[in-house]
Amino acid sequence: MAESSGEYIQHHLTNLTYGRHPDGTWGFAANAQEAGDMGFVAINVDSMGWAVALGLLFCIVFRIAASRATAGVPGRLQNAVEMLVDFIDDTVSSIFNHRNELIAPLALTIFVWVFLMNLMDLVPVDWIPQLAHALGVPFMKVVPTTDPNVTMGMALTVFALILFYSVRQKGPVGFLKELAFHPFPKILAPINFILEGVTLLAKPLSLGLRLFGNLYAGEMIFILIALMYSGWMIGVFGGVLQWAWAVFHVLIITLQAFIFAVLTVVYLAQAYEVEEEH
Amino acid sequence: MNITATLLAQSVVFLIFVWFCHRFIWPFLRQAMRERQKTIADGLEAAEQAQKDLELAQERADAKLREAREEARQIVDQARGQATQMIEQARAEAREEGERLKQAAAAEVEQDVNRVKEALRAQVAALAVQGAERILSASIDRRRHSELLDRLAGEL
Repeated sequence: MAESSGEYIQHHLTNLTYGRHPDGTWGFAANAQEAGDMGFVAINVDSMGWAVALGLLFCIVFRIAASRATAGVPGRLQNAVEMLVDFIDDTVSSIFNHRNELIAPLALTIFVWVFLMNLMDLVPVDWIPQLAHALGVPFMKVVPTTDPNVTMGMALTVFALILFYSVRQKGPVGFLKELAFHPFPKILAPINFILEGVTLLAKPLSLGLRLFGNLYAGEMIFILIALMYSGWMIGVFGGVLQWAWAVFHVLIITLQAFIFAVLTVVYLAQAYEVEEEH
Repeated sequence: MNITATLLAQSVVFLIFVWFCHRFIWPFLRQAMRERQKTIADGLEAAEQAQKDLELAQERADAKLREAREEARQIVDQARGQATQMIEQARAEAREEGERLKQAAAAEVEQDVNRVKEALRAQVAALAVQGAERILSASIDRRRHSELLDRLAGEL
């Protein structure tokens, strides 16, 4: 390993970014500094690529299972998929008591997709980046959920759905009333509005940042453990550590995927609920 | 780790995947699962119904068997009664026949005895007449004394 520890970590945390350079030309950023200079007009190609690939994997596998689904004896794939569907359906119907055909598929998509993206965290941190490096790609972050753009992007969509269903269920005026006349009496409407506004904004923010924070921290620990592979004795110790952390991480990635899905359903259920006026 | 257009791209991609799942995955799986649920429920119900039918049939068969057994018993009883009756009747007839034969035999014997008695009486009368003839040697007119002789023969 020619680079220093700092460079190694830095390299692992840099996205492959395509965007517009400050001078107006388009291209890949050669380093983190250039990526930063691009500002908003840039795409993290690695995050998006892996996210789309894993999402397509989900869509294709589940679509195969769905198109082959029969009421007869299910095969292995159908069994596995149906178990997930049933699990999500139970969870959603216990939280969300209104009629909306979109919520359960939404929860299923979130759960499976986020789980798959998190799962990339269990691939040893150097495998894919090294392979990409050999192919001439300078940076490769393989866990999309360690990119705040990805998690916050999903949270933003959820936020949009919250707003959409709130307005649809309560009407624009009803929704504003709910924000302004709660939790204090009507006279304190501005304070109410600020409080409720913060509560509302905290939903997508916490949703996205929770997932990002958990996965980023996990990835960081994997990178730190990977730094130990420089020596013999400490390398063995690092291997044991990596294995132990991976086992623990299996729990985290599943849990975080589930939390994201469940909280989305909870927020949407809240959007449907009409609270009594004070 | 900058906030870039990736954010918006991810939002859109997310929506597309959710739409795909909502449109092409979820309904088919739920449909299949509901159908299977119904099939299994129907199957269980049918099995239960069949079980009930079986029990009913068993009961009916038992009842039939009991009835048949009862009938058989009645027939046997009846036959036994008839047999006893027939035996009784035959016995009575036999007794009657025996009685009749005995009586006939007795009558015949009596008749024979009477005939023998008659014959003997006649012979005794003749012997007596012969004896008296020899004793009186013709002094007695057979015609005159025949009444006497007949009376004598009748007393024997």
